[in-house]
Amino acid sequence: MSDKKIVLVACGTAVATSTVVANSIEEEMSARGIEVETRQCKVTEVPSLVDGVDLVVSTTPLPSNLPKPAIVTLAFLTGIGRDQEIEKIADILTGKAAGAH
Amino acid sequence: MSIDISDYLVPDGVVLGCDAVDANEVIGLLADHLRKAAIVKSTYGAAVISREAIMPTGLPLGDGFAVAVPHTDPEHVISSGVAMATLSRPVMFGSMDDPDKKIPVSVVFELALRSKDEQIEMLTAIGQLLQDEGRLRRLSSASSTEEVTSILNSKH
Repeated sequence: MSDKKIVLVACGTAVATSTVVANSIEEEMSARGIEVETRQCKVTEVPSLVDGVDLVVSTTPLPSNLPKPAIVTLAFLTGIGRDQEIEKIADILTGKAAGAH
Repeated sequence: MSIDISDYLVPDGVVLGCDAVDANEVIGLLADHLRKAAIVKSTYGAAVISREAIMPTGLPLGDGFAVAVPHTDPEHVISSGVAMATLSRPVMFGSMDDPDKKIPVSVVFELALRSKDEQIEMLTAIGQLLQDEGRLRRLSSASSTEEVTSILNSKH
């Protein structure tokens, strides 16, 4: 089994915002030697796609009680708190943090 | 592919010191300008307003400063362009990450983009602008369309 981690990236319509976020996550995790695969979806599709992913990152509110770690952040658009979010994502993917459920 | 906001800015769609009192008014005003410039169809304004109500586009930047990027589906767009407003007094938009949270927006980029690639590149370009506080502050107090274009082009 590969060590590749799967990040589900959600936004309102799964067109542009989630791509910008997914590109940033791939770039930053690759720079840290963490292999990731990103999958994009609309926020309404998250519950049906959450199985089999390691982390959910969204720019819009997520349903509560997701069975996986989940982060709602605008940091990859605005730059505010970007470094902290990257650390948080890296920690969750490498098992250093359990993340917020 | 990498694009500049200024390449897409519709000159007649730049409104500086706009005195709109709420988000719908500024969205409608910019939509009117885009329609007159034949960038969007007559259905665009209402479509942006209804999308904004469900999926707001306010981006809080700290210190009570925020930008919004209202937009809608390409079916309402004739050819790609961007309208922009600076507000004389901030108007409240919902925050993208929490629609129930209203944030005071000082600069609005209203996007009318045909392709997914343009949307991604425009969002990336706007993201770079948002991370350049000096440029953004100068933009919010710009007094002419020429000044806006020159600020947008003055990347570091």
